[in-house]
Parts: sequence; C-alpha cells; structure tokens
Amino acid sequence: MAADNSVLLGLVEEFVSGQVDSKAAETTTGVKTGQFTVLQLVEALGFSLTSSQPQTRGRGVQLLSQVLQECYSSLSEREVEVLIAFYENRLKDHYVITPHVLQGLKALTKCSVLPPGSAVSILKSIFQDVHVQSLMVTDRSCVYNILINLMESREEELKGLGADFIFGFVQSVDGERDPRNLLLAFQGARNIIHRGYDLGKFVEELFEVTSCYFPIDFSPPPNDPHGITQEELILSLRAVLAGTSQFAEFLLPLIIEKLDSDVQSSKVDSLQTLAACGLTYSHKELAEFLPGLWSSIRKEVFQTASERVESAGLSALSALVSCLSRSVLSSDSEDVLQVFLNLVLKDCQHHLCEPDLKLVWPSAKLLQAAAGASFRASLIVSAAVIPALLEQYNNRTQCAQRRTLLEVLQGFVQPTAHSRPTDGEESVLVAFQQSLCSVVFSALTESSASLQVTATRVITALGQQPGLLAQTDVEKAVDHLTRLILEEGDAQVSSAVVECSGSLSRLHPKAFISRMIPRLKEQTLSDQCNVAVRQRCVTALASVSSQLTVVQESSPVLLQVLASAHTGSCGFSVEEVTAACISLQRIAEHARDSEEIGRFFHDIIIPRLLGLCLQAALQSSDSGHCSPLTDEAVLSAVVPVISTACAALHSESASRMAAQAVSLFLDGDVSFLPENAFPSKIQLLQSQTESRGPSQLVCLLMACVCSLPCSVEIPEMDRLLFQLEDLSCTCPHLFSYTFAAKCFAGLVNKRPAGEALDAVLERVMKRIGVELENVSSAQRTQAFTLLLWVAKALLLRYHPLSTALTDKLFALLSDAALGPQVADGFGVVMSDSPDVLNRDCNADVRIMYRQRFFAENSTKLVQGFNSAEQEKKSCYLKALSHIVSNLPRQVQLTELPALLPLLLEALSCADQAVQLSTLSCLQPVLLEPLPALRNQLEALFSRLLALTTSPAMKVRIASLQCVHALSRLPEHMVLPFRPRVLKALAVPLDDKKRLVRKEAVVARGEWCLLGSPGGR
Amino acid sequence: MSGGTRLENANPLIFQRSGERLFTATDEDEDVADPIDDREIFDLIRSINDPEHPLSLEELNVVEQMRVNVNDEDSTVSVEFTPTIPHCSMATLIGLSIKVKLLRSLPDRFKIDVHITPGTHASEDAVNKQLADKERVAAALENSQLLEVVNQCLSTRTM
Repeated sequence: MAADNSVLLGLVEEFVSGQVDSKAAETTTGVKTGQFTVLQLVEALGFSLTSSQPQTRGRGVQLLSQVLQECYSSLSEREVEVLIAFYENRLKDHYVITPHVLQGLKALTKCSVLPPGSAVSILKSIFQDVHVQSLMVTDRSCVYNILINLMESREEELKGLGADFIFGFVQSVDGERDPRNLLLAFQGARNIIHRGYDLGKFVEELFEVTSCYFPIDFSPPPNDPHGITQEELILSLRAVLAGTSQFAEFLLPLIIEKLDSDVQSSKVDSLQTLAACGLTYSHKELAEFLPGLWSSIRKEVFQTASERVESAGLSALSALVSCLSRSVLSSDSEDVLQVFLNLVLKDCQHHLCEPDLKLVWPSAKLLQAAAGASFRASLIVSAAVIPALLEQYNNRTQCAQRRTLLEVLQGFVQPTAHSRPTDGEESVLVAFQQSLCSVVFSALTESSASLQVTATRVITALGQQPGLLAQTDVEKAVDHLTRLILEEGDAQVSSAVVECSGSLSRLHPKAFISRMIPRLKEQTLSDQCNVAVRQRCVTALASVSSQLTVVQESSPVLLQVLASAHTGSCGFSVEEVTAACISLQRIAEHARDSEEIGRFFHDIIIPRLLGLCLQAALQSSDSGHCSPLTDEAVLSAVVPVISTACAALHSESASRMAAQAVSLFLDGDVSFLPENAFPSKIQLLQSQTESRGPSQLVCLLMACVCSLPCSVEIPEMDRLLFQLEDLSCTCPHLFSYTFAAKCFAGLVNKRPAGEALDAVLERVMKRIGVELENVSSAQRTQAFTLLLWVAKALLLRYHPLSTALTDKLFALLSDAALGPQVADGFGVVMSDSPDVLNRDCNADVRIMYRQRFFAENSTKLVQGFNSAEQEKKSCYLKALSHIVSNLPRQVQLTELPALLPLLLEALSCADQAVQLSTLSCLQPVLLEPLPALRNQLEALFSRLLALTTSPAMKVRIASLQCVHALSRLPEHMVLPFRPRVLKALAVPLDDKKRLVRKEAVVARGEWCLLGSPGGR
Repeated sequence: MSGGTRLENANPLIFQRSGERLFTATDEDEDVADPIDDREIFDLIRSINDPEHPLSLEELNVVEQMRVNVNDEDSTVSVEFTPTIPHCSMATLIGLSIKVKLLRSLPDRFKIDVHITPGTHASEDAVNKQLADKERVAAALENSQLLEVVNQCLSTRTM
C-alpha cells in the first residue's frame, strides 16, 4: 500500500510540476484497475490543490477531472457529494482553473448516483459564478453538456427551479456563435420546450436568444472536420421555434417579415418553419396573422420562379388549413376554416375563369394544396371550384385550354392521404359525378392526344374512389379505352390508355372480360389486322390481366397467337410471336402475388406452351416445314414465361411441375400435355445433327426446373445431370449446348452440398479436362461453355471448388483458339444472366460475390497480362474490362488507382470491343477527381482524343462521353488541356453520324465553358 | 430572380417544349451518313437559357424550328429569332448567344447567319448589323462581362 502511495505521489508530481500529460492516463488506469482509490488521489493531490500558484492548482484540478472523466461510474454517492461541493467551490477560484472544473463537473453529471439536490446546486453555482460567453469554445460546449446531462437525469429537480432555470439557460446561451455549440444549445432549448418546463415570464427571452439565428445562413468551411451541415442547424432550430405555441405571437410576424427577403433559402426556411408550426399551433394562435400569412404565401407562389419556394409555400398553406380543420367548432362563432378558405377562394377562384388562363396553374396549385389538407377543406373547395371548372370546360373550344382545365380538374379529383373520406363519408365528388363523367368522355373523343392522355388519368383517379363510377360509366369507359387501343396510333396516348386499363381492370374485372377482351381477341386473331394494332392489343391484354378472372380470359388469347403462328394461319411474324410471349411473361409476374394465377399457369398455360413447342420441334424434324416456334428468338422468349411462373409456384404444384418436366424430358412421358398426339418414343435430350430439332427444347427444361424454389426436390437428379452433361458436351448447336450447360449449372447451383454433388462435379471436371486438353477436338468450345457456366454456378454459392474452376478459366485466356471467347466469358460470370442463376430464379446467390471474385483474382489477371505474349495481351485486357465494368461503383473507385495503367493500355488496344467496354467502365469513374488520375491525365487525354475518330460509331460516342466527363474535374487539373481538347473536338462536330455529333456538341460546349467567365 | 430589379416582360407567355428527337434505325447504322438538318440546328439552340427568365428560348417561342434553315452541302445556316416584345433590350444578347452557341457547335466550314424575324423588333436593322459583323462579335466576346452573361445563357441548367 505504501509503495502504491509513493507511485501515486510520483505520478501526481510528474503531472503537476513536470507537466507530463501522459501521466494522467497512467493514473486513470491505476484508478480503474483498483490500484488506487479516488480518495487516495485527492489526498495525493493535496499540496497542489492548496498551492498559491493558480497554474499549479489548475494542473491539480485538471488531473482530477481527467481521471473522473474515465472513472465517474465507479464513484459512490458520498464521494460524488464531496467532489461536487469541492468543484462548486473551485468555480469561485482563479479563471485559469474554471475550464478544468467544468470538465470535472461534466464527468460528475454523468454519474447515476448523483445525490438529490446536487443538480440544482451545480446549476446555481454555474449560473452565478461563470460567465459562459467569455469562455473558450470547448468550455462553453462543456457547460451545455452539463445542462443537457442534468436535463436527461434530473428533470424533476430542474423543473423545481422554475423560471430561474430558464433564465440561467437563456443567459448562458445568449450570443453563442460556434455552430457546434449552437447544435447543443438548440438541443437544450428543444428539451425545455418539449418536456414541459415552465417558461414563466421568460417566453420572449427564450424566443429572442434562439430566433436571432433565424433563418440560418451557414456554409461549412471546406474540409470541415466536424461535419456540421446547414441542414442540421436548420432542423434543430426549427424544432425549437415551431415547438411551442407560446412563441406564436413572436414567430409569426418574424416569418412574415423574412418572407419578404430576397434570399431564396431564407424564404424556403421560413415557409417550412411555418408548415412545422401548423402541426403544433391551434386556431387561437394563428387567427390574428392569417390574412398576412395568406398574402405572403400567395405572393410567393404567384411570383416565384423557383420550384423549391413554390412547393414550400404550398405545403405551408396545406399545414395552415389542416391546423384550422382541427379546430373545434363552437355554436356561436363562425367556422374559422370556412372564413379562411373563403379568403383563399376569393383570391384564386377568379383566375380559373379568366380568358387567357395565365395564372391558372399557381391558383390551381394553391387551391389543391388547401383542398388536400383535410376532408372538410376539400368539401368546401371542391363545392366552389369544380362547378366553375366544368362550366369553363364546356364553354371553351380550344384544345389547349381544355387540356389545361382538365389537368387542373385532375388535381382536384385525386384525393390526398389527408383528404380521403373516412368510413361512412361520401366522396366530395359524388355530387358532380355525372357531369365529371360526361366531360371526361367527351375529352376522350377529342382528337388532341394530350387531352386524351389527361382524360385517361382522370378516369383512373375516379375509378380508384368508390362510388364515383357507376356500372354504366365503367362500361362506357371500357368501350372508350378499347376504341382508343384499336384506333389511336399515338405512342403517348396508347401507353396512357394501357396504364388506365390496368388500374381499372383491377377493380372492375367483369367489364373488361365482357367488353374489352373479346374485341381485342377478335382483332388480334383476324387476318387483316395490321402490325401496330396487333402489338397494342397484345400489350393491352397483358396490362389488364392482374386478376385471375381476367387472366383466365386473356392468356388463352395470347396462347392462340402462338398456336396460329405454329399452324401458319393469320401470318404472324417472329416479332409478333415474341411480343405475345413478353405479354404472357408480364401476366406470369402476377403469380408472385396470387397463388391462383400460379396454379392456372401450372395447370393450363405451361402444358400448352410445352405442347406447342414440342409439336413444332417434332414437325420440323419430320417434314421440313419451319414453324416460328422453332425459332431461337421465340424459344428464348418462351423461357422467361415459364421460369417466371415456375419461380412463383408453391410447394405442391412446384413438385408436380418438376416431376412432369423431368419425366417428359428423360422418358418422353407426354401424358400431361394437351392434345396428346405425340409419337410414343421421343428422346428430347439426345444430341442431333439438325439445328431446329427437339434438342433445343432443353431451354424449356431449364425454364421449368431451374427456377423452382430451392426446397423442391427434383426427381432423378443424377440421371438428368448426366444427360445434360452429355448433351452440352456433344451437341454441335450453339443454342442447344449453351442451354444444356446453363440448365446443368442451374441445377448444380441449387443442389445441397454433399457427396452426391461432389461426385457429379468430379465427373464433369474430368470430362471437361479431357476435352479441353485434346487441342484437335471439335468439342472444345462446348467443354469450355460448360466449364464457364459451372464455374459461375459455384462462384455464386461460394463453393470451395469455384477457385479451381476460375483458375482454369484464367489459364484458358492464353489459349490460342479459345482466348477471345474466354475473355468474353468473364462478362458472363460477372453480370446477372436474365434467364438462370439470378435471384428471381431462386438461385443461391451470395451477396458481394463480384467483389470477392475481384479481390481474389485481380492479381492473377495482372500477372497473366504481364507475362503473356504481345498478341495475347488483348484477351487479358478484355477480361479485365468485363470484370471491372460489372463491379459496383464504390469498388471501382477504390480499385482504379491500381488498374489505371492497365485500362489505359486497353484503350490503345486495337480490339474495338475492348475499347468500348473499357470506355464504358472508365466513364463513371472519371466523374470523381481521384488523385490517381492526376498523373495519368496526359496519357488519358491523348488516347481518348485519338478514339474520337475511331471507325466504330459506338467507340466515338463513348470516348466523347469520357471527354465530357473529364470537363467536370477540378479546373486546375484539366484547364491546361483546354486548347488541345477544343481543337480535337472540332473534328467530330463534322462527323457523318448525328449521334456522334450530338455527343461532340455537348462535350465541346462544356469544354468551352471551362475556365471562361460565367462558365464553370 | 424575383424581387430584385424590374423585369421588362415580367409575365411572358410560356410555350410547350418539343420532345427529344426520336432516333431511328438509320441513325444507328454505321454506313449511312446523316446530313445536318433543321431539327438538329434547332436542338442546338432551343435549350439556350433566356437572360431574364429561368426559361429556355424555346419555351418563350423566341426560336422555332420553322425559322431555322440549314444547307449542309453549301455549308450555310440561317436562324431567325423573335424577341418576346418589340423593344426588348436583350435582343442583341439573345442573338449573340445563339451565334456563339452555333460557332461552338458547328464545324467551321459553316457560314452562320443569325437575325431577327422581320417586323418583330423596333431596332431590327441595328441589331442585325451588329450580329452580322464578325469583328464586332469577336470584340464583344473579348469583353469578359458580356462573355459571362453569354456563358450563363449557354450553361446547361442543373437545378
């Protein structure tokens, strides 16, 4: 013990007299580990605390405070009491000691065992003995922290102090300038307001000390280490100012005054603060200022050029109206909401009726903001405005004016979250239902495209509110929509019509089944139908099909398109059949939300699709007639239909699907297909010589089995895998062997780890190895394709074997025959493939597999590049650019410095594909002023500018985009290149391709502005 | 913008913008040469900002596609622009902006003629003369204050 004491004395001595700051930490550790107690420390400090030199006393208190900051939690209540008494006393001491005393007090206020009454006494002595604003920044922050800590833990005691506390707070905060401290001060003020401290007679004082910062104008210094933003300050001040209605009489005049300011940001801030007040205030506080506030808001919305001010003004108005809507009606006084809205209506309504319609939009927006605030407000506003608008619409004849009026009307028809009628209330529009419908239907018959588009939007809005479209109106609307689909060629109109049909059909499926679908069907399947109409019908069929009843009617029509294409009637082209498949896929997507639609696809659509494709494939191998259903483009479009539907199947139908598909493809079991007229012995997974034969149907097998949920067990897995492996290694057709490899990979990806999987992988690796080693083999490409897809499947699930497979791929990069294909293969590995091995197909995809792949393999790639022979380097560059361009942006930015030389090399590589993919991965990276770029700018510019005259159009465009991106780098970096760039870009201005000229104009325009006055 | 100095035409009529040019299959075809046409020139100048309003020249109907004439073979361009009001003091500045934009965006083989639509401005001849005079245009662009305003008209709006 004695030894400890001398150690402690030594530490204290060195800290106080020797000025060795590190000793404080050692002392702290000593106290923490129990080597000394706080009491011993105080005893040891004795001589320095009683010294006649204020500096020495300061040092002593500093040591104690620093120790307490770490060890406050282990103090007992008695110790805390003594220490507080000591510190309070020290506050009266010399000013050099005060900062350390405050540090100590801050530590003590964090104690959980603060004795009762001490909070009040600490505050009293601080308010009495410390003049806060003459302290340094950190010490002021210390005082605010003490206040905040005590407010957290000793709320009751502080409230007992009453108005004295508020006065003390106001005094200490008054005049604060540092943004960090202001945040603390605002936090304190917010606590006072929100936790119900009694402000007593100091309401105005508290308002004064905080409102003097309003509106906040603060721009953080460059390289600000504290990271305080103007936004933070604005929000915390707003919480104070708008926090209590007691401030209303001071704040509202201030807001009206600040709205007259010329500074846009202060207008926005004032309006947003006003909107925040709307939440806490009641009518009583607002009443006096309403006319003034309204005229300021109106002025802002009518006159402003800025969207921010406008939207802030509108939400402020909305907040005021919703505040008034909350006020309780008393029998003797008038309805305040009605009075205010009358004011608004008086100022705005007449603009809706003026002949030139100049101020229609601002007035309409104001009225809509008011109406959107509450149900009652929307009743009042609609009753006044809608009849006027309807009358106007009927009186006007010009399309442009009618469109404007209809757009305004649309804003009133669409209810907001607040103005929606609650249960038992009728929509405000019920009274105008008839006239609204007749206006909308007349607009639909007009020839103006924009009028029609707006009319469809109004119908959508009407349809979504119960009771606004009667059954007959729905039917009329559907007839109009059908007519527009069949007759209207304008792209905008037809997409609006399709969207409207989609939303109405969800609510009124019957009308669509009885009136729209039969007519679309008739048109689609008729012989005289032109291509564009057919396309629109097919798209519309997809978009109305979100309910099972509609799906049951619409998808057979699309299947019929496929069937008649197969038989050769109606003259469907491959594009039209593909479009039908895309529509089917869109319908299949609804299976995710509705199990019934999934079951319908499983029971009806998928068997019929499979049956059709099978018929087509068998027929072509027999007779030589070419059905479009054997076309690779069509088959590729059928795949997503089946896989989307299968991915959404639930357990029982999913297992049945798996069993049916496997038995069809392995054993030729056709029992579940409709129109069973197939030969009995069909072998689908046999490699054939003719290209359009049944072997390409392996893509449908993939669609059926690879997207099922992971939990579904696929029967005869081993036999299936063996057949697929065989097909993919031996089939001579690109389409068939690629899909066989994909199917194999999709199954391997989902198969649970274990011996069975290991055996399959071992066998397939052996086979691939043998094929690849035999340089003269005709099947090397097939083997490589299988290797590529298996590698991807394993990489996605982080299988331990994946490293071995990727190494093999890297080794193949230097292969003379396969090199370029391998390089492109890395694009396959790194990007999401649309039809298999993605998350929608329920594949096992781990997060960040790309980053992991890159981290593990980038060095191998760079080494391979350096050691490769000259003519093979381009393969490495191509692989690199595929890998880098698929990485997430953040990773690209961190990896770029290391890879930049290689990417620059790739730019001068002769292969256009390499140039293009390198440019596309460079472009986003160039937007950031990375330090690594600085040294490479010379090389970068000369390569990019050379590429602007490349023979390939896409390369020219991409390089111009990069040059454009470079103009945004900091001026000092790129200004030296300006003359050279401007000269070089004059050439592509005269390019023969318009798309190139467009990019050149944009890029050259930006470079002209660079470094020029008024430019950037 | 608002509140400060008085605007000459505080409440102009605003016209709809035409959409982006739709690109066709021939635009993608490497082998077809696309001549510079009226629409392309119009696309260059329609997005120039008005010096007074936060609007483009197209929205104010100062430039219209029908008032643009280009002949790619002869390398000539002629653009007529219509000031919003007959004594608009900004007319020269607008003309200068159009001229500068075309100078920066067209190959130097083109002869560029920018003038006011006949009968739409009080001092039409004076402005046309200024805009046609090469040396005066060059001298104007030496003036850094003028260049600053022109550059602001030509900057792409970010807000």
